[in-house]
Parts: sequence; structure tokens; C-alpha cells
Amino acid sequence: MNLLTEIREGLSISWWAIRANKLRSGLTTLGIVIGIVTVSLMATAISGLNQAFLRSVAAFGSDVYYVEKFPWESDDMWWKINNRRDFAISDAHVIASEAKHVQAVSVEASGNWPVKSRDRTAGSVWVVGNNEQSALVRQLNLEEGRFFTEAEVDGARPVCVLGAEIAQKLFPRESSVGKQVKIGEGNFEVIGVNEKFGPFLFGNMDHQVIIPITRFLSDFTHRPYLFFMVKVRDAAQMAEAKEELRGVVRKLRKVPPGMEDDFAINQQDILIQKFHQVGGIIATVGLFITGLSMFVGGIGIMNIMFVSVAERTREIGIRKAIGAKRRTILIQFLIEGASICLLGGLLGLAIAFPISLVLKKYLPATMSLAVVGLAILISLFTGVVSGLLPAARAARMNPVDALRSE
Amino acid sequence: MNLIRLQSISRRYQMGAELVHALRDVSLTIERGEYVAIMGPSGSGKSTLMNLIGCLDTPSSGRYELNGTDVSEMNDNELAEIRNREIGFVFQTFNLLARSTALHNVELPLIYSGINSEERRNVALAALADVGLTDRVQHKPNELSGGQRQRVAVARALVNKPSILLADEPTGNLDSKTGIEIMALFQELWQKGNTIIVVTHEEAVARHARRLIRIRDGLIASDETAAIDP
Repeated sequence: MNLLTEIREGLSISWWAIRANKLRSGLTTLGIVIGIVTVSLMATAISGLNQAFLRSVAAFGSDVYYVEKFPWESDDMWWKINNRRDFAISDAHVIASEAKHVQAVSVEASGNWPVKSRDRTAGSVWVVGNNEQSALVRQLNLEEGRFFTEAEVDGARPVCVLGAEIAQKLFPRESSVGKQVKIGEGNFEVIGVNEKFGPFLFGNMDHQVIIPITRFLSDFTHRPYLFFMVKVRDAAQMAEAKEELRGVVRKLRKVPPGMEDDFAINQQDILIQKFHQVGGIIATVGLFITGLSMFVGGIGIMNIMFVSVAERTREIGIRKAIGAKRRTILIQFLIEGASICLLGGLLGLAIAFPISLVLKKYLPATMSLAVVGLAILISLFTGVVSGLLPAARAARMNPVDALRSE
Repeated sequence: MNLIRLQSISRRYQMGAELVHALRDVSLTIERGEYVAIMGPSGSGKSTLMNLIGCLDTPSSGRYELNGTDVSEMNDNELAEIRNREIGFVFQTFNLLARSTALHNVELPLIYSGINSEERRNVALAALADVGLTDRVQHKPNELSGGQRQRVAVARALVNKPSILLADEPTGNLDSKTGIEIMALFQELWQKGNTIIVVTHEEAVARHARRLIRIRDGLIASDETAAIDP
């Protein structure tokens, strides 16, 4: 008897066996279902998180230094660095003119305020104060209109650039450029709208409103947390640029030689490192949960396969009496175990898929074909492994004893 | 060459602490085309003898040649192949696969001998026609009467053209009228040239055979070929 016929026969037998014991098979696969839901969602979420992160980090710019009062990651106690001096807008001009490696400096400050059009309100909007170089440094692309000019920054003009989502929210049916909006208590003219950015891990880029930093200081808060995004002219000379930048800022803040910096030069690398740590933890936990539920599921399958073998002892005897070899019986029960698990896996995928669609709202996460393939492979593997012992017991049965059983 | 040649066959079982001698030094030959009945009270060893002849079991000692091949030392898989090719079983309880149609039940031995599906179907249909069940091929066992089920079992037993048709109490689960019909079918099959061995404790069934072997306490008590006319 060739293998193909054996497999086909095994498939039809197991199809029958599963159909005849729907409830039992369904309950048995629960562990597998949970395992597959976990593994597929976990894999989808991790790949989504990765994509979102890479996009988000790209938004930070690989050739950008963040000159700030505080470091992103520090072992220092807060009280050691807490009373560092704030930066001022004028510092940006000094950095831009003194540091030769620097192409542009964006001044950054932000807070949350409501933004209103004539008849609509957007609750808590991320209001960002920028200068005219920010569009270049922050890689902002405009959907329509323009970014503000140096003159508008210097004159603290009441103009603003809306994020795509805000523009859509406040002016759903018309272009927002040229319209008036109220940010906090002040009236601003919309001069531009940003392109849609999409999911972003550190806030919502599409839910921001950008105004001149000068206006931000006069209208909203006099002492914001001000920092600079410094774009380096040549990405190949990042290290040199950092040294030069450090010197310029030390001089600017009059740090005496021998004293520690009273500021920090941050870079996206720090975020990437942190992300890999977190990603590793998520993957490990996910793997553990998946492994555990597949293990428990596998035990369940093994149990039910033992039951199935015991119930069908007589059938095994009949088949052996008329010429079924050990391999035939073994394959029959292995296929049955694998089929139950496969069904569990498909059920798991069917449950995980709609959840992944919900996930998609928050992360660029799509359940890929690779994830589906992985899930199917894992469930088949579990089925075969846990079917092995019961199938071997069936295959080794003595036909005389098997025929005698009731 | 003898079809079946048993030489000093013994079969012992361990049952708990007790060693049971089911067969003691039995020697027996059966020729092609014989119609043999094996009789004996329960516990006499006749079932053990049947299992050995049917290659379901192997002897503890002694030699069993089937068709000139020594099968007493064969392993599981080789025995499965021999059973598939050489032996056709008919059981008291029919032993059909309950959820398969008559046709599929009859096809099963052909599946195990690796015959392709088209030929399989034709051969199985022919075997069912031979036992008069052409109009019942798609019925499942529970849709058939006892006699019809036993006919399916006979068709399954003969579908691979085995050397021996081995029947264990073939009428045990049938009413007497149906039993007579089945025995008539056996008679017809024997006349067509099949070798038939029937294990039974019913004299009426045994009377159909041309040779009667009585077993008692694991030994052959008598072995006579009667000139009974069918």
C-alpha cells in the first residue's frame, strides 16, 4: 500500500472521527486555539511595532541631535540635574552660526490646548512651537499651503500649520488654508496643512498644530521645556559634529573647563536600544505563553487521541486482520491528531484575524502570510508530536486482543 | 505441496500467575480445496488454532507453513501482508466498519494491498455481486440485515482472492434460516474451488464440511473425512 493512499485514507477516517465527535474535538482544541491566537497576534503585533517604531524613529531623523536640558536615559539622580538652566530661543541662533557641521536648528516646545474652528472643537491638541527651520529638520511635508517664514517667526505672527487629522476634524468639507482657528484664547490663521503621517509611537503627528515659537512663548507659556533639534550637514560626520556641538553649547552656557555638561545631546540610537530591550521582553513573554498553551493543548490532544485509540480498538483489530500494517495504523492516528490540531490552528487564526484588524488602528500591523504559515506549521507539529504516543500504541496492538475487545 | 502444514505447534499464554497451554504439540495438514470444520467446546483451543492458521498469532513453538512459506517466525508487518493476501476472515460478529458503506468495507483489503481506486471499485463491486448484494453497495452495515452483513463480510474476505476462507462461528449471530443461507453460500464457494475452514461448536454447521477436526484440551481429539453429500 503506497503512502499516498494511506494518507488519503487516513484523512477521510480522521475527518469522520472529528465530525462524529464535534464537541469533544472542539473542546480539545481549545488549548491549541489559544496558543495560535497568541502566537499569531504576538507575531503580528511585534512586526507592527517594529514597523511603527522604524517609521517613528525615522521621523526623529538619524542625522539629528537633540540638545536638551535632560538626557533621555540617565543614571543621575533627578536632584542633581533638576536645577539646570533652561535654553532660550537665542541659543538656537548661536548654535546655527557657531557650529560648522550644523545645517539647521529647529526650536521645539509644546503643550496641549484645545483648538476650535467656527463651529467645531478639537479637545486636547498637541500645540508645538517651532521656528522656520523646523520643517526641514523635522522632515515635515505639506499637503497644502506653506510653512511659516523667518519674518513670521520674528514677528510672532498668529499663523499655524495643522496636522492632517486636525484639519480634517475642524474643516471636514473644505480646505482649511486661509481659515481662522482659535488656539487656546488666541486667533490664528491657517497657512498650511501637513501630510498625513500615520501611526506614531510617541504621540500623534497628525493631531498637532504648529505655531511660531515666539508666539508660543508670548501666548501660552513663558518658560516651556525648550529644546533644539540640530540637523547635521553630513551624516558621515556625526561624531565630529557631536564634539563640535558639545563645545559650542558648553561655551554658550559658560560651563567652566573640568565641569560636567549641564545639558544633554540625545540621539535616536538611545530609543532604538530601548526598543530592542522592550521588543525582546515582549517576544520572550509571547513565546513563553505560546509555548505553554501549545504544550497544554498538546497534552489535551494526546489525551483525546488515547481515548480515540481505546474506543476504536476493535476497528484497529479489524483493519489489522484484513492486512493493515503498523505503519498504516500509525499514519491514520497521526493524521487524526494533526487534523484536530490543524482545525484548532485554523480556528485560532479565524479568531486572531479580526483582532489583528482592530490592532491595525493602532499599529501598522497586518497579519502576514508568513504568520499564517507559521501558525499552521506550529499546530501541525503539535498535532503530530502529541499524536505520536497514542498512534504508536494503536500500531503496536495485537490483532487477536484488539478483535476481542468490545 | 500442502496448503497448510502445522508441525508440532504449541501455544502458551501467561494468564496472571498461570501458564495456559492452549495448544499442545498439534500437527495438521490441510490441502487446497478442502472444506474443513474445526469443532470443540469453549476453552478447547479451537480459537487459538484459528488465530494461528489465520496468521493473527504466532506459535510459541513449532512450525507453520502456509503455501510453502514458513510464517511462524514472521514479524507483524509480514504477517499483515500474508493476512491481506492469503486469508479471508469471516467473523461471528461480522466485524464490518460501521460507518463505511458495504462497498468501502469490501474495498478495504484492496486498499491495503495498494490497488488503484478504479480497479478497486470494479473488483469490490464484482465481489458484492457474487454474494448477491449488487443493490446494497452504498448501504452502511446498520442499514443491512444480519444475513446481508455476513454476505458483505464474505465478499470482503474473498475480494483479494485468498488461499483460505477462514470463518469463525459464521452463523452464530444469525437466525437459523439466514444461517442456512450463509452455509449454502459457503457450499457454493467451496464448489467453485475455495478452501474453507469453519470454526464452530454447532454440529449443524460442521455437517456442511467434508472434514471434521475435533479439538479438546489443546489436542486434536479426532480428524475424520466424511463422505457426506452436501
